Amino acid sequence: MKTLTPEIDSQPEAHQEHDHHQPPKGIMRWLLTTNHKDIGSLYLWFSLIMFFIGGAMAMVIRAELFQPGLQLVDPNFFNQMTTVHGLIMVFGAVMPAFTGLANWLIPMMIGAPDMALPRMNNWSFWILPFAFLILLGSLFMEGGGPSFGWTFYAPLSTTYSNDSTALFVFSVHIMGISSIMGAINVIVTIVNMRAPGMTWMKLPLFVWTWLITAFLLIAVMPVLAGVVTMVLTDKFFGTSFFDAAGGGDPVMFQHIFWFFGHPEVYIMILPSFGIISAIVPAFSRKKLFGYSSMVYATASIAILSFLVWAHHMFTTGMPVFAELFFMYCTMLIAVPTGVKVFNWVATLWRGSITFETPMLFAIAFIILFTIGGFSGLMLAITPADFQYHDTYFVVAHFHYVLVTGAIFSIMAAAYYWLPKWTGHMYDERLGKLHFWCSVISVNVLFFPMHFLGLAGMPRRIPDYAVQFADINQIVSIGGFAFGLSQLIFLAVVLKCIKGGEKAPAKPWEGAEGLEWTIPSPAPYHSFSTPPEVK
Amino acid sequence: MTTKPQNYYVPAQSIWPIVGAVGLFLIAFGAGFYVQQLNNDQSSGGYILTAGIAVIIFMMFGWFRDVIRESQQGLYSEQLDRSFRQGMSWFIFSEVMFFAAFFGALFYARMVSVPWLAGGSNNEMTHALLWPGFEAIWPLIMTPDGKETQAMPWTGLPLYNTILLLISSITLHFAHVALEKNKRTPLKLWLGATILFGIAFLTLQVEEYVHAYQVMGLTLDAGVYGNTFFLLTGFHGMHVTLGTVFLIILFVRVLKGHFSPEQHFAFQAGSWYWHFVDVVWLCLFIFVYVL
Repeated sequence: MKTLTPEIDSQPEAHQEHDHHQPPKGIMRWLLTTNHKDIGSLYLWFSLIMFFIGGAMAMVIRAELFQPGLQLVDPNFFNQMTTVHGLIMVFGAVMPAFTGLANWLIPMMIGAPDMALPRMNNWSFWILPFAFLILLGSLFMEGGGPSFGWTFYAPLSTTYSNDSTALFVFSVHIMGISSIMGAINVIVTIVNMRAPGMTWMKLPLFVWTWLITAFLLIAVMPVLAGVVTMVLTDKFFGTSFFDAAGGGDPVMFQHIFWFFGHPEVYIMILPSFGIISAIVPAFSRKKLFGYSSMVYATASIAILSFLVWAHHMFTTGMPVFAELFFMYCTMLIAVPTGVKVFNWVATLWRGSITFETPMLFAIAFIILFTIGGFSGLMLAITPADFQYHDTYFVVAHFHYVLVTGAIFSIMAAAYYWLPKWTGHMYDERLGKLHFWCSVISVNVLFFPMHFLGLAGMPRRIPDYAVQFADINQIVSIGGFAFGLSQLIFLAVVLKCIKGGEKAPAKPWEGAEGLEWTIPSPAPYHSFSTPPEVK
Repeated sequence: MTTKPQNYYVPAQSIWPIVGAVGLFLIAFGAGFYVQQLNNDQSSGGYILTAGIAVIIFMMFGWFRDVIRESQQGLYSEQLDRSFRQGMSWFIFSEVMFFAAFFGALFYARMVSVPWLAGGSNNEMTHALLWPGFEAIWPLIMTPDGKETQAMPWTGLPLYNTILLLISSITLHFAHVALEKNKRTPLKLWLGATILFGIAFLTLQVEEYVHAYQVMGLTLDAGVYGNTFFLLTGFHGMHVTLGTVFLIILFVRVLKGHFSPEQHFAFQAGSWYWHFVDVVWLCLFIFVYVL
């Protein structure tokens, strides 16, 4: 550490010239970096690694469910797999991927020299691997890791959980701190660092959607911190927030958790909307249809997301009035979401469309996310939900919106901006192969789950009645195929970093935005002096 | 201080975030272990936790030193100052939401779970079958399980504490005004007074806790009234502690001649934080003690 101090001390004199600096070499570049592009890459790589770890857990789940009966793992370990799979995919894969994209893209899109608070930016990334180290480490401890589902409902997480719950709680705290700091950075960057002339209604939609996402993050991650703290005190310090014997209520846990949890699902989809709103116009060679309605729709979804949390708990005990309120509010969300889908389709209308890999993923997103939205509408209907609740129908629904929604949009974004990040074109043939393998297998994987759920198969069970065997086998085969297909993505990324056709500053004919005005790969420091936006 | 720099200052590499990440890791890991080990006699978790806190304190010294040095060198533009201010405001907003979770629990317990356990809404059978003798009164001095406690009155210590904190907010405001008028001596006096009020508040709070535990039988595990009481006042107390540390750092910097009437983000941030903590206490006083 001593050797580094002079560098810190000497750098104020050099700050005017820092745009000529090349990145330092070796591991220290990544540990000490304050550069938004480095931190963006760190987030994206972290997310990809977590995606494969969480995916491996999904493979364990699907392997166990390939046949009825208990074959491979014992039920407690199965529960740990479903729990940690969910936690990793939500907090380790999807959210860091979006934060990584935000870090890479937002400063370039708004003409800023970097994120507003670069050192805090580094901090918010580097605490994340440690949080997951704790969470994954708890799996190897005596008694195993968390096994109460990623929603950690009380009393499963209090009365009936094992001692590693304490580690789970503190690792969630760190994930929350990381998200809040990341979100503060994004929001301040967007509000304060826009280039002259980059007025609000000229912002790329990715920036708009992230602005609103960041607000949601700051508003609800502290609530998650609060509820895990109550779980901790209930389990270890004798409080009874979620215990009726002491005057509390397990249902209260669900209210507080879903007050976080529902905005959280929009946190995982709003940036996707921004990505799709960038890609669809680029490959349709048209302006986005209905820009301002997109902004208002995003804001409406964000506001409504605070008023719908109890649709996750229709069967857990609420007055009928409350059930109706949450049902209608939930269905209202279909309106702004419909506006978005309509606008994307209208952008496609009479465009000169080409189907490069990002566009393929974007179109698949529009169709498959809409299917996920429709099954969401079915779940929103209170009386019908009594049938669907906690069945594989719910699993099918949220995997459609999170895998073919959020993950597909992240893939689309990766293909779309890889030339800007690496300076090379990715292998289009491999990219298309990745797309077709993914889109076919993902539907084999998740579509039959709807039927399983409607037929009454409950979620989170390692064993099931024999009549579900056929469909479960199909689902598992789809699952393995989808998992393997993602290795193609890894190959594409590695190949693109190593070499390939040189990418021009603007590799996509119809692409718009400041990020395409700088060379590919983007220089280490872009826009040290802000550009003038006309 | 020279003329304002035009460029946005982007710091070069810094060691402190990764030090802080290691510190937070040790705190989380150590705290997790410590809590797990509460029931047996091991104590390794406590040592890891302490080490983590030490690392974080070390990081704060280093990081603050760098930032203060850069600020004194005049590297910070007005735009950067705005970034700091906005960042601090959003941080305080996140803290508001943290407290909102616990206030939410308090309101839910009072308005929903306790009345329902006594047969409210359509829960007559719950009441009749599970705890027929249970009565819904707030503060909940007897839980459904029959655990008894006493309610903390709002008069006495809590009232003194309210007055103390309110005065401290006013003295801090006077300190701020003095800083803006560049009157250094009143600045020192008012800021010093604020710190003393903060410490006095914390002392009385400790006394209240001791009284609650030893005399009143009001403990952390005394049912949902004790739960909300201790978690809300406890987290508030932790924030007052942090705020006091913040003010002490500011005081040391004032003694060293830092801050100008034009540029004093750190002072502003500390004062916002203090006022925020004060407002939380007012809500606490009303909803936890008085009502």
